[in-house]
Amino acid sequence: MLELIVISTLNGVLYGMLLFLMASGLTVIFSMLGVLNFAHASFYMLGAFFGFQISRWFGFWPALLIAPLLAGAIGAAVERFGLRRVHKNGHVAELLFTFGLAFAIEEIVGIIWGKVPVDYRQPDILDFPAFTIFSTNYPAYKMFMLAVSVVIFIALLLALKRTRIGLIVQAALTHPHMVGHLGHNVERIFMLVFGVGTALAAVAGVIAGPSLVTQSNMAALLGPILFVVVVVGGLGSLPGAFIASLLIGLLQTFAVSINGSLASLFGPLGPDLAATWLNDIWNVTIAQIAPIMPYLLLVLILIFRPMGLLGTRET
Amino acid sequence: MTDLASSSVAPPRPTLSDRMKFYGIWILTGLVLLVLPKVFSSGGSMTTFSLVGISIIFALSYNILLGQTGMLSFGHAVYYGLGGFLAIHAINIVGFHKWPIPLPLMPLIGGVAGLFFAALIGWVMTQRSGTAFAMISLGLAELVASSALILRSFFGGEAGISANRTKLFKVFGLSFGPQIQIYYLIAAWTLIAIIAMYALTRTPLGRMCNAVRDNPERVQFVGYDPHVVRYIAFCFSGFFAGIAGALAAINFEIANSAYLGAVQSGTVLFAAYIGGIGFFIGPIVGAIFVTVLSLGLSDLTQVWQLYFGLFFIAVVLFAPGGITGLLMMHRPLVRAGMLSRMLPSYAMAALPTLALCVGLMLMIETIVHYTVNPNEDPHIQAFGIPFDAASPITWVTAAVLIVGGFLLARRAWSRVGETWDTTLTAARAKVHAL
Amino acid sequence: MSTAIELRGVEKSFGVTKVIQNINLTIAQGERHALIGPNGAGKSTTFNLISGYMRPTTGSILLRGEEIAGMKPFQINRRRLSRSFQVTNVFANMTVWENLRCAVLWATGHRYAFWKNIDNLPVVRERTAQILEDIHLTSRRDVPAGLLTYAEQRALEIGITIAGGADVILLDEPTAGMSNAETERAVTLIRRLTEGRTLLIVEHDMSVVFGLADRISVLVYGQIIASGTPDEIRGNLKVKEAYLGEEAA
Repeated sequence: MLELIVISTLNGVLYGMLLFLMASGLTVIFSMLGVLNFAHASFYMLGAFFGFQISRWFGFWPALLIAPLLAGAIGAAVERFGLRRVHKNGHVAELLFTFGLAFAIEEIVGIIWGKVPVDYRQPDILDFPAFTIFSTNYPAYKMFMLAVSVVIFIALLLALKRTRIGLIVQAALTHPHMVGHLGHNVERIFMLVFGVGTALAAVAGVIAGPSLVTQSNMAALLGPILFVVVVVGGLGSLPGAFIASLLIGLLQTFAVSINGSLASLFGPLGPDLAATWLNDIWNVTIAQIAPIMPYLLLVLILIFRPMGLLGTRET
Repeated sequence: MTDLASSSVAPPRPTLSDRMKFYGIWILTGLVLLVLPKVFSSGGSMTTFSLVGISIIFALSYNILLGQTGMLSFGHAVYYGLGGFLAIHAINIVGFHKWPIPLPLMPLIGGVAGLFFAALIGWVMTQRSGTAFAMISLGLAELVASSALILRSFFGGEAGISANRTKLFKVFGLSFGPQIQIYYLIAAWTLIAIIAMYALTRTPLGRMCNAVRDNPERVQFVGYDPHVVRYIAFCFSGFFAGIAGALAAINFEIANSAYLGAVQSGTVLFAAYIGGIGFFIGPIVGAIFVTVLSLGLSDLTQVWQLYFGLFFIAVVLFAPGGITGLLMMHRPLVRAGMLSRMLPSYAMAALPTLALCVGLMLMIETIVHYTVNPNEDPHIQAFGIPFDAASPITWVTAAVLIVGGFLLARRAWSRVGETWDTTLTAARAKVHAL
Repeated sequence: MSTAIELRGVEKSFGVTKVIQNINLTIAQGERHALIGPNGAGKSTTFNLISGYMRPTTGSILLRGEEIAGMKPFQINRRRLSRSFQVTNVFANMTVWENLRCAVLWATGHRYAFWKNIDNLPVVRERTAQILEDIHLTSRRDVPAGLLTYAEQRALEIGITIAGGADVILLDEPTAGMSNAETERAVTLIRRLTEGRTLLIVEHDMSVVFGLADRISVLVYGQIIASGTPDEIRGNLKVKEAYLGEEAA
């Protein structure tokens, strides 16, 4: 039991940090540009596939650097040539533009790398157990993932607190309507923020790719969870996104490892439902409903705290 | 006194000929639906028409949200799918017990199912509007779609639930086996649904939906709760989506989890937006366009979904009003009889644009050849045009078409913009002078 | 005479900043009351508190004796208190006619009706036409509100505010940004339309204030420093010092 708790906590924090790598970019982009980037998870996917391809050609370490830069450049181009154009047509058009983009990226990735998972492996140098607790080997690569995301988290924090652009971003988070008054270089800052945000998502893709499944539907699977994180945390709140990321990371990881169901809980005391539709609910295990946990959390938050955990903004 | 004042100030009542025209359109639509199978009688076109009808109802129901009330939903298929599943179960149950309920009433059960779930889920969802609503709609759609895979006995897992539509109580001796009978069933429901949804736009609720779309804040200061307006609109939207889902279930005699999935939600969004969300007729145009296109394109190229996505992006970028928006833009020109002034510059722009598109298609198909089927014969066919994907001539042609087409198209379109501005100003002046 | 609006010890803070400090204000029924004060004094915030746009931190707000603090804007509007906005706030994509009609619907009892043809409601039609004439926009009936000129939009703003037949009207700088001629016309309009109703108006133009108001309250730094008839306010030294003097300088 203790083993389960320790391992699940580690995995949960790891998953949560990966989520936050993406959610942070999404939140900052949303606060500054007012756009919810529907294609954010697609850049995570691009990161994973670029990482896969580049590590085939040059090895994993160059990939870790080049893939996010490449994805970030694409992100910046999307902002410069796409979003800026649709901006005048309002937020719905912007959101729909990124929606179409997500759709197109999934198709393009499917065409180039196929629809089945690719064989993206962790570097050999990290292919050993980092430590053993209670007879379980914890892989070093996972510790590496955790380290990378923590380092980026700290770097991000410093950049926000110490740099000029960081201060502008912070101001935008609290006073979004003031963004327009930033002056002549506001467009360049938008492009930069979009590029950095998508590059961060790509970093998550590069490091998560080998440990999870790198497949053309990975963006479609993760995207909705990312939005749940942002809504649960409260739109436009970075601390909120951080808490929600960890919360959902832990929730899902723990749920996966629990095999109980209502039937096993009540055992023979349960009513006889064998022939009815309710039977499914009675017998489903917690592990089976792990994928819908984030959405259940979303519903609960909407009922009890419609603005999100730390949100203050209506839209 | 007041009566006198209002009769001159208020918009004039529709004249007899206006009314004749108005009802004439509906009667004409009905007649067209009636004779359509006589003109195109093949089984394939019957199937296409049936799908188009379903898609029209679904797209219009979606536009109650997006176009009328300003709510962007990424999860509208939930109500479509639940309507379909409930209808399938209803057909099975009614058939099993031999209750005297005929098939044509089954869409109503789907509609009530859609209404029920929209009413259930909608209250928390419609608290928020704008971006938050969009994200929440996506989250809840994922919740329902994933739950459908867990609750296997109701949703039938991967296989879905099937039913036999011919086993129900028969009216007028109709078995509803042949596709032509199903076509008429769908056509009738489509006409009813279109009329009902059109009528809805002309009620106090319908107008307040528009007001909520334009300015939810101000709505509160004329006595309305925007949350309630959104909620009622959401319920109606769910009701009609449920009807569409039930018709789909009847048409295919099966309902499966794809009915509630993200792809279905995305398709209806594409259809409504491409058609144009600003006009009532927009989603109808979009539904016809998208359904026919997706049926047709899938025969012509294997990556039709990519073209579809790129086309959608192009619409968002260049024609946010959709197809109907583009057409309606020209109304002042038509009224002033000056449409012909635009045609030369349109023709000038169409040519390089076409070249650009052909170049892009050539490039995409070549890439597809190398990545998807690298071991097949490079002499391939896309859109019925044969070409050699391995030949450098093809590559150069593609490159020239793309670069040249892009440069020329950009210039031509900015020229179109200038002509448009001058022509529109002239047209307005002319109409004003009349 | 009975009171229309009464504010008792109302305060409003944003974080640590107290924008409104202990306001007490009584407005009698049928009175035209102006709220004046320098920029940032809290006039618009006071409007937002009364109309339900914001919730007061402490204190109570009574509308004809009924507590309305904490109610939603539409609940207050249904109690026949209506407000306009400083920045024009209309339904931009809808025509002038439709804008006004939306403002008439609730008051004429049609609410969320989805079974009535909106073009077949004679009372709504008449009332909308009446308002349209009152604000002199008959010739612009079918123009989308977003395409109106500034002065026309301001007139429409007032039209929407009074269309529901509210008997307590709050107007937030109705003549801001208007030319002299336009202002004069707007004042005549306001005077006529608020005949027999209670009016609370925020205004910077002193000629408008002194020409229109029965009573005036002066708000400075979130506090009411004086309240009285135009003559009393004109003679009030504190007001001269804090506000009028500043204006003159």
